[in-house]
Amino acid sequence: MMETRYLGLTLPHPFMVGASPLVDNLAVVRALEDAGTAAIVMHSLYEEQLTGESMAASRHLDQPAESVAEATSYLPELPDFALGPDEYLEQIFQIREAVAVPVIGSLNGVTPGGWLEYARLIEEAGASALEVNLYGVPTDPLAMGWDIEERAIEVVRLVTSSVKIPVAVKLSPFYSALAHFASRLEAAGAGGMVLFNRFYQADIDTESLDVRPALALSRPDELLLRLRWLAILSGQTRASLAVSGGVHSGLDAVKAVMAGADVVQVVSAVLKHGPKRLAEIRFEFEQWVEAHEYESLAQLRGSMNLKRCPDPQAFERASYLRVLQGWRAE
Amino acid sequence: MDGNEAVASVAHRSNEVIAIYPITPSSGMGELADAWSAEGRTNIWGSIPEVVEMQSEGGAAGALHGALQGGSLATTFTASQGLLLMIPTLYKLAGELTPTCLHVAARTIATHALSIFGDHSDVMAVRQTGVALLCSSSVQEAHDLALVGQAATLRSRIPFIHFFDGFRTSHELTGITLLSDDDLRVLLDPESIAAHRRRGLSPDHPVLRGSAQNPDVFFQAREASNRFHDAVPDQVQEAMDTLAERTGRPYRLFEYAGHPEAERVIVIMGSGGETVEEAVHWAVARGEKVGVVKVRLYRPFDVHRFVATLPPTTRAIAVLDRTKEPGAVGDPLYLDVVAALQQRWAMDVSPTGMPRIVAGRYGLASKEFTPAMALAVFDELDLEAPRPRFTLGIEDDVTHLSLPWNREHSIEPAEVVRAVFWGLGSDGTVGATKNTVKILGESTDLHAQGYFVYDSKKAGAVTVSHLRFGPNPIRAPWLIDRASFVACHQFDFLDRYDVLETAAPGATLLLNAPYPAAEVWDHLSREVQERIQELGLRLFVIDAVAVAGAAGLDGRINTIMQTCFFQLSGLLPAEEASVRIKAAITATYGKRGAAVVQRNHAAVDQALAALHEVALPAMVTATRHRPPPVPEQAPDFVQRVTGVMLAGHGDQLPVSAFPPDGTWPTATAQWEKRNLAVEIPQWDPAICIQCNWCALVCPHAAIRVKAYDPGALVLSPDGFKQVPWKGPDLKGAAYTVQVAPEDCTGCHLCVTVCPAKDKGNPRHKAIDMVPQRPIRDRERANFEFFLGLPEVDRTAVHRLNAKTSQLFLPLFEYSGACAGCGETPYLKLLTQLFGDRAVIANATGCSSIYGGNLPTTPYTVDRAGRGPAWANSLFEDNAEFGYGMRVSEDARRAEARRLVGELREQLGGEAADPLLAPEDRTPEGLARSRAAVEELKSRCRSIGSGDAYRLLDLADTLVPRSVWLVGGDGWAYDIGFGGLDHVLAQDRDVNVLVLDTEVYSNTGGQQSKATPLGAIAKFAMAGKGTGKKDLGMIAMTYGHVYVARVAFGADMNQVVRAFQEAEAYPGPSLIIAYSPCIAHGYDLRQGVEQQKLAVASGVWPLYRFDPRRWEEQLPPLQLDSKPPSIRVEEYHRNESRFRFAGKLDPERFRRLAAAAEADASRRWSVYEYLAGLGVAPAAEPEPVVPTGVS
Repeated sequence: MMETRYLGLTLPHPFMVGASPLVDNLAVVRALEDAGTAAIVMHSLYEEQLTGESMAASRHLDQPAESVAEATSYLPELPDFALGPDEYLEQIFQIREAVAVPVIGSLNGVTPGGWLEYARLIEEAGASALEVNLYGVPTDPLAMGWDIEERAIEVVRLVTSSVKIPVAVKLSPFYSALAHFASRLEAAGAGGMVLFNRFYQADIDTESLDVRPALALSRPDELLLRLRWLAILSGQTRASLAVSGGVHSGLDAVKAVMAGADVVQVVSAVLKHGPKRLAEIRFEFEQWVEAHEYESLAQLRGSMNLKRCPDPQAFERASYLRVLQGWRAE
Repeated sequence: MDGNEAVASVAHRSNEVIAIYPITPSSGMGELADAWSAEGRTNIWGSIPEVVEMQSEGGAAGALHGALQGGSLATTFTASQGLLLMIPTLYKLAGELTPTCLHVAARTIATHALSIFGDHSDVMAVRQTGVALLCSSSVQEAHDLALVGQAATLRSRIPFIHFFDGFRTSHELTGITLLSDDDLRVLLDPESIAAHRRRGLSPDHPVLRGSAQNPDVFFQAREASNRFHDAVPDQVQEAMDTLAERTGRPYRLFEYAGHPEAERVIVIMGSGGETVEEAVHWAVARGEKVGVVKVRLYRPFDVHRFVATLPPTTRAIAVLDRTKEPGAVGDPLYLDVVAALQQRWAMDVSPTGMPRIVAGRYGLASKEFTPAMALAVFDELDLEAPRPRFTLGIEDDVTHLSLPWNREHSIEPAEVVRAVFWGLGSDGTVGATKNTVKILGESTDLHAQGYFVYDSKKAGAVTVSHLRFGPNPIRAPWLIDRASFVACHQFDFLDRYDVLETAAPGATLLLNAPYPAAEVWDHLSREVQERIQELGLRLFVIDAVAVAGAAGLDGRINTIMQTCFFQLSGLLPAEEASVRIKAAITATYGKRGAAVVQRNHAAVDQALAALHEVALPAMVTATRHRPPPVPEQAPDFVQRVTGVMLAGHGDQLPVSAFPPDGTWPTATAQWEKRNLAVEIPQWDPAICIQCNWCALVCPHAAIRVKAYDPGALVLSPDGFKQVPWKGPDLKGAAYTVQVAPEDCTGCHLCVTVCPAKDKGNPRHKAIDMVPQRPIRDRERANFEFFLGLPEVDRTAVHRLNAKTSQLFLPLFEYSGACAGCGETPYLKLLTQLFGDRAVIANATGCSSIYGGNLPTTPYTVDRAGRGPAWANSLFEDNAEFGYGMRVSEDARRAEARRLVGELREQLGGEAADPLLAPEDRTPEGLARSRAAVEELKSRCRSIGSGDAYRLLDLADTLVPRSVWLVGGDGWAYDIGFGGLDHVLAQDRDVNVLVLDTEVYSNTGGQQSKATPLGAIAKFAMAGKGTGKKDLGMIAMTYGHVYVARVAFGADMNQVVRAFQEAEAYPGPSLIIAYSPCIAHGYDLRQGVEQQKLAVASGVWPLYRFDPRRWEEQLPPLQLDSKPPSIRVEEYHRNESRFRFAGKLDPERFRRLAAAAEADASRRWSVYEYLAGLGVAPAAEPEPVVPTGVS
């Protein structure tokens, strides 16, 4: 009764660990399987990482080479080995060997480029699906919204045309016309959408005057933004929808599914409490569904989306007014 | 492929054990063999050859000997000093009739100077050992004769040395026809191989080899092998004949070419034979009766065959030797020819009319040898009385031996495209031109040749690629001097070098210029404009840097320039050229990942749109002249000699220009302004906290600090910056951080370490990188003024630490080391602290190359003219060499003190007694010593006796001298370890500085015993599986050796302390210094950060072991770093040498990383234990702490 479909995969239930460093350790991966994760989502391979490593390798190896008579190079040219995320591909392979659940690869970038060939390599390594994380902070004052979307669509088009496995796009909420953009993504071949990625925020070290990347775990209140967009999109798209960010309890998951999520990705709660937390959330979810006598997941799914919920305005602009008024009234 | 690969291809397929040790120019053979074995390539019998790296060539020869005695087929590759180290073993191999074919890329032997370049002095030094010597003169021949040598050694049992000219053949790139495995199988006689195996030592049929023999039998037994040697020539010829049958490439032991009735003949060996043959063909076509005999089998010398090779009409022979044997009747080949003709001419040819034989010497250390020179020899032979001995290719205005030749004479055929490319090492020119050779060699019917000339710098190295393409096989082992295409990939070169020197009339000139086509003419000097007009060149320009920038390639312009070359040369249709260039890019850079490939492809696509022909004005318009290579104020020697070398005209200097004993002035690097940096640091005094870290870490002494009397600022140039000095000493001083704008290499290290940020805009630091060009003139004037400011009074600096050490004048500056070099900051510090009284013995390696490679050298002098005296002996003997210097110093000093004592009454007690007092190395003490020595000298002159004059000569030694033994880890851990160990075991006051880069850096990153666990290096391709040798711990076991392990990036003050203590310690001291190196594979601007991680991970603990602490009842070992606080992996992951191990084999990488972690923690526990120990138990005798010789 908990069965769900996501990206063409039939999963026994909607709960899975989202993209995270948890997958680096095979023992943890096994523990996640034991905790019942329906799939393993790999952490992202970054465009910058791929491009940067390639360019850095060239700079560090090729630039000093062929400069002096005594040494045409300074490091051995290794056989059968291309610089690139071999460890990553190897890890997909290892996880596939170690667990029975499907593995979903993840690529992260915003510009069409050579790094996209890794989509194919990830597929070859045995991933059942691929998440493309359109993560980017548009700092360039000359870059227009349309161009940014155009590039992203191009990335998705290139990826979906280069692999046979289904592709989900992990989105940020900061597009000016997200509903329209989502429809373009679907047209470009995206089989699913993950709402939303969470930006790594930079923190400031006040002593050394350095900017340091910081990773804050998600909080339950972040769920609300996702609920809104799940509710909006689930009535508009045929693509699978995943919620990512803010699910910390079974009740959170209930809301996400009600808003339209096909699957629920959990990371922060697992990072905080360990793999067992995934099982607990699922247990709470099932308890709730049972207690409230829902017949199936399908019945629950999307029951509170924009199309079906009793008060669609609540998800729209008017809700601000109400919340504010309500607060004033108190 | 090049000659090294051609030879290694045969050697790897026909051996089972390969024992090697890196040495230029043979290293490539060992590296290829190692790479092939690592990727599982087998020999023709299906097994993967074992490639083992030894600690020296002596070691490689020993391992080779053992492997052969074990019944394996085995070989080694070497050159130069390496071959000399094998000599004792070569006698053994020959004496025991052990079949092996060694391969030697022949290179000169260090005499008055080291040189890595090619001649026959190494192989000529082993001609007496009993090995057979087989010589190849081209890449194809080297490939073929490698097999002939292997076949003949198996048949004859006489060990062979197969040699070919270092660089000229070993590094020449050309297409060859490869021998198939079947060719090898046919030539390598299975029965001979089986017999060799049967002779292998085995307890199942034991024998004894290497007995000791007495006068009764040794002599006869030595003669017992004669017939084996006698049979060699026939066996070699048979192998050559079999090879010819299979390949159609015939060879003879002595190959004649020329007129069948030649009267004048040149006898020569090696690539020069090709040159002479070209000249002979040219001359014979013009009716001259000349010929050449090319010697292939030099030992055993087949007199009969040799004489039979000469046309009976021969009346004059010139024997050309590529070696020099001073004092001999003649050089070796000449003597052999004379003796051969003496023995057989009358018998085999004619009872009368033995030809006149003269001797010529040519081509030492890759000196150019051209057809014009060969023709000059024939002209000489035509004279009634030719010179009996002469030299070729130089001007000898001292002993007048040199033969003049017509430098303008060229015999190169018109159909050959000759292209010369001037580039920087870092812009990738050589890599792209190598690809061009491959592309044209593989995709057209053209024959191609590539040869590459490099300058002697590591940062900003200039490369010149010489490429020939033609419809016929190219036999031209000399540099191009009439180029139909000249490309200058760096616009500034036009001012520094005579780039157009080699351009032929009507040639095409391609410039990478930062100017549009319409403006480029106005930026050329008058000399360049004149030359372009005079030769009628066509000029094309491209702003390749801009194209590269747009493609995200950051200065790598090689594929862009390559595309332009193809377009302008018309050797391939544009479309095909583009496809093939892109394929070559994919093949070359594919391993680096998709981004590099894609960006280069994009650059190729954009190149032609940016290429423009320049419409040349009818006349020369420039008023600006090419700047002189050195400024006018440079000393006379620098003007006359160094400047000429800097301009690239060293070949034109006559013999008289040179010191005859290899002694050169120091302080010359200051005259070579290379302007390498696009960006240089700029100081903001408002933010600076005066830590002086920038100056300490600068590898090139290009950022300096001074604290000085503000009164000296009276005449300061506008914009010269200064602030009040902050520090407990030197109250009231002014302070300046000054950049040497034209000497900075732009490595960013200073900016990376600068801790001072602008609070309002933390991106701005006390030092920022800014474009060099706009501030070059201003900063040049500022730097000149800075240099003139007074130096700090050492006696006024009471607290010596990292900060104050930088106030002292560096006496090591602007070396040719790599940008970001991690070795040179230590050397610079050494000279700041002790340079005015330092004597340095420097092992061969990076530090001897950037320290002593001409044209200019970095060791310099202070205002009194004092500075480090520096010498390089060899790689292997440096510890002993430096030790000898110390013993000599001690002896001279002891004698000086004895004489002071003896002459005390005449000198006066007030003059003599301070010099007899115990040594005082404090700044005050040293100042007193110097003053006392000056007074002593003056009194000695007044006394005027014999003893007084002797004392006068020795007086300077009464100021304590600081003897330093400097070298890399290859020296200290491997080849020189035996000597170093012995020297440490003595009680002399020597200071050993090991610049530990953890690989053989100078020869290209081969593993040493200092290579850490888990790192890949050449010969450790899978990641080194054993731990780094703990040299410091070994030294500590003596108990009386001062030992320090330092890393300037982790703790600068500890480094300064260690140097001070080591120098002050009156016995042997050893400093092991962590030195980031380009062979580690990361951006060296992060070198400081990596050192911190190395220390924090426990991989590189900092300590000082001071035996003097025993006397204070303290444990001698002090740990200067904290227990490991991060995982080793955090240090490893930033460096390619570790990361690649993970790419290659993730499982092994994890294992090695875990082992490295365990190793670091185990070693740390041991150190901690030792550092925590109290004094030795009373029962144990305390180690004797040396007092030094005084």
